[in-house]
Amino acid sequence: MTVLTLSRALNEGLRKAMENDPKVLIMGEDVGKLGGVFRVTDGLQKDFGEDRVMDTPLAESGIVGTAIGLALRGYRPVCEIQFDGFIFPAFDQIVSQLAKMPYRSGGVVKLPIVIRVPFGGGIGAVEHHSESPEVFFVHTSGLRVISCGDPADGYAMIQQAISSDDPVLFFEPKRRYWDKTEVDLAGGVAAALPMDRARTLASGTDVTVLCYGPMVRTCMEAAAAAESEGRSIEVIDLRSLSPLDTETIFASVRKTGRCVVVHEAPVTAGLGAEIAARVTQECFYHLEAPVLRVGGYSTPYPPARIEEHYLPDLDRVLDAVDRAFAY
Amino acid sequence: MAVKAAGRASSRNHDNPIPKPELIQLLTPEGELTPHPDYPLELSVDEIKSLYRDLVLVRRIDFEAIALQRKGELGIWASLLGQEAAQVGSGRALEPRDMAFPTYREHGVAWCRGLDPVKLLELFRGVNFGGWDPREHNFHLYTIVIGAQTLHATGYAMGIQRDGAVGGEDGEAVIAYFGDGATSQGDVNESFIWASVNNAPIVFFCQNNQWAISAPLEKQTRVPLYQRAQGFGFPGLRVDGNDVLACLAVTRKALQAAREGQGPTMIEAYTYRMGAHTTTDDPTRYRLSAELESWKLKDPIERVRQYLIRPGLAKEDFFAAVNAEADEIGARIRQACETMPDPEPLSMFDHVYAEPNALVAAEREQAAAYISSFMTEDGAR
Ligand SMILES: Cc1ncc(C[n+]2csc(CCOP(=O)(O)OP(=O)(O)O)c2C)c(N)n1
Ligand SMILES: [Mg+2]
Repeated sequence: MTVLTLSRALNEGLRKAMENDPKVLIMGEDVGKLGGVFRVTDGLQKDFGEDRVMDTPLAESGIVGTAIGLALRGYRPVCEIQFDGFIFPAFDQIVSQLAKMPYRSGGVVKLPIVIRVPFGGGIGAVEHHSESPEVFFVHTSGLRVISCGDPADGYAMIQQAISSDDPVLFFEPKRRYWDKTEVDLAGGVAAALPMDRARTLASGTDVTVLCYGPMVRTCMEAAAAAESEGRSIEVIDLRSLSPLDTETIFASVRKTGRCVVVHEAPVTAGLGAEIAARVTQECFYHLEAPVLRVGGYSTPYPPARIEEHYLPDLDRVLDAVDRAFAY
Repeated sequence: MAVKAAGRASSRNHDNPIPKPELIQLLTPEGELTPHPDYPLELSVDEIKSLYRDLVLVRRIDFEAIALQRKGELGIWASLLGQEAAQVGSGRALEPRDMAFPTYREHGVAWCRGLDPVKLLELFRGVNFGGWDPREHNFHLYTIVIGAQTLHATGYAMGIQRDGAVGGEDGEAVIAYFGDGATSQGDVNESFIWASVNNAPIVFFCQNNQWAISAPLEKQTRVPLYQRAQGFGFPGLRVDGNDVLACLAVTRKALQAAREGQGPTMIEAYTYRMGAHTTTDDPTRYRLSAELESWKLKDPIERVRQYLIRPGLAKEDFFAAVNAEADEIGARIRQACETMPDPEPLSMFDHVYAEPNALVAAEREQAAAYISSFMTEDGAR
């Protein structure tokens, strides 16, 4: 076991994938010499060359569009979108081309492309650098959408995403890039939990808290705080946002009878809405309270000086837990 | 495991003759005037002095902002160091009625338009997203999404055409600012097409500072950028972006052509980003200091000073007065930044929509109740 930051763990995972398969390419803005603005691709161009780690022209539609072409030619591109807010120039290529081309081809065409996106707020950034656009892609059939909550998952899930034959949107919680955990670099990814499964991080009996990405740590802290008040919270890191691991979710909610979904993205039509509908449908007679959602407000992501009031934090999670108990 | 390198696209394998670019220059780095037949510029010594003043003041504003960021007063700052002449020259070419669409680095243009630099600090501190009225100084909000503003600028110019504000005495024009990296974006290329087919009254002002974060110019283009204009159907030219006189002259002429109904021009201001991309960037990871050193010899301010120190032009007291004014502005914006209040948390619900919105109103109420649940009796949090 090695203690690594999330940024480093992703870097090691990318390196492993590139060593294992010469068709794996990395492309994006500033991913080469600079190693990415979050250093996730640090040193990879030096070791694998400019043909495999490409600093592209500054155009996101071009990055994803040419990745599709490279994939048609047998490559497995891993694209980096520098910040969440800059994925939109690539939206057409992702939603109308990447997501649909395999379907359009009757399954003949496979597009094993990974699009890495540092996402979420809490870093005091200027506009467009703190957004959570994941649900646009969850809404789009043909894409897998996953998010890692810690370095160990980052290391394994990036490799699983690269070996998947489906296009994968890979959301990295940017404010957790410097969090550290132990990572098993020696153990193969084969032994790791598949990327489309949720992971129960804390078992509890009173309420199920579902989260992903940057909110995983927040919810774990909330669970610890609740424990001291005698409340037993089950925290589940969803990991896969599309498809959802409904088996794990439903089993937990049937056990606890309460469910709170937490994400940074706006509550309105967010992933919590989808989960609430499904849980209500499938676990109706087990529920002690309606499914509650904690998330961003129905406003654009606000200026940095007040972002703490926008972002869900430990108190907002516990407040929702209290409300779930008040029914 | 390296992929076969044979035939890789990254080495040039055809030899298109690319004409050597002409660089329009009116003032050499040594401070010599070099008149250009196509760009006559008649400026009084006082006018040159006032350009010098602007250059020094915007550099000081930039310097203060970097220092404020280092002290934690700003979240980030995008320095204009090295690009003062491109910005002041083009900014001073604008008439008040013209409209400017900036990127996040156009602090020198903002200054020329009369925007209080404190407004820029508000944005980079994270107090707001600009929040100035674009109409007040005909200076649009900063745009961070690379290239997007070039389309807005083009549409605005099309509006000017529809208002009949082209061709007459008081014709209006638009200037769109963008970087070398931005020229790769679809939006920028689309704006060239729209402007061209509509013959829109717009000047595309590209500050080629040689870098897009860590990506050198060669990552974006194989032809000099100004030569792209021709393919879109309008003239392009390259100006010494560190020469404030040349930037003023070429931009004036291009704006005048636009106002008269002659359509777009692209200006490539050939310059250099002397500092980091932003205060969070570390350029030592990707570029050599020798490059920086060679550009220092072409400093945009020093050459004007060299010109002005000639006998009979400017005396020591002029330079001292400009420096004193810079000190004053520096102190003023520092103080304004350090005492700048945070916005009210509930202000995040303001202006999401122009019309009343029930969802936003309901969430604002919820948030207000939630925040006040943390208040102590005396109202403190
Ligand atoms: C659509 C989009 N993609 C990526 C970014 C991140 N980014 C910010 S500045 C920058 C480089 C811009 O280079 P250039 O256009 O040359 O302008 P300069 O910063 O040199 O003034 C990048 C990639 C962004 N702001 N917008
Ligand atoms: Mg640039």
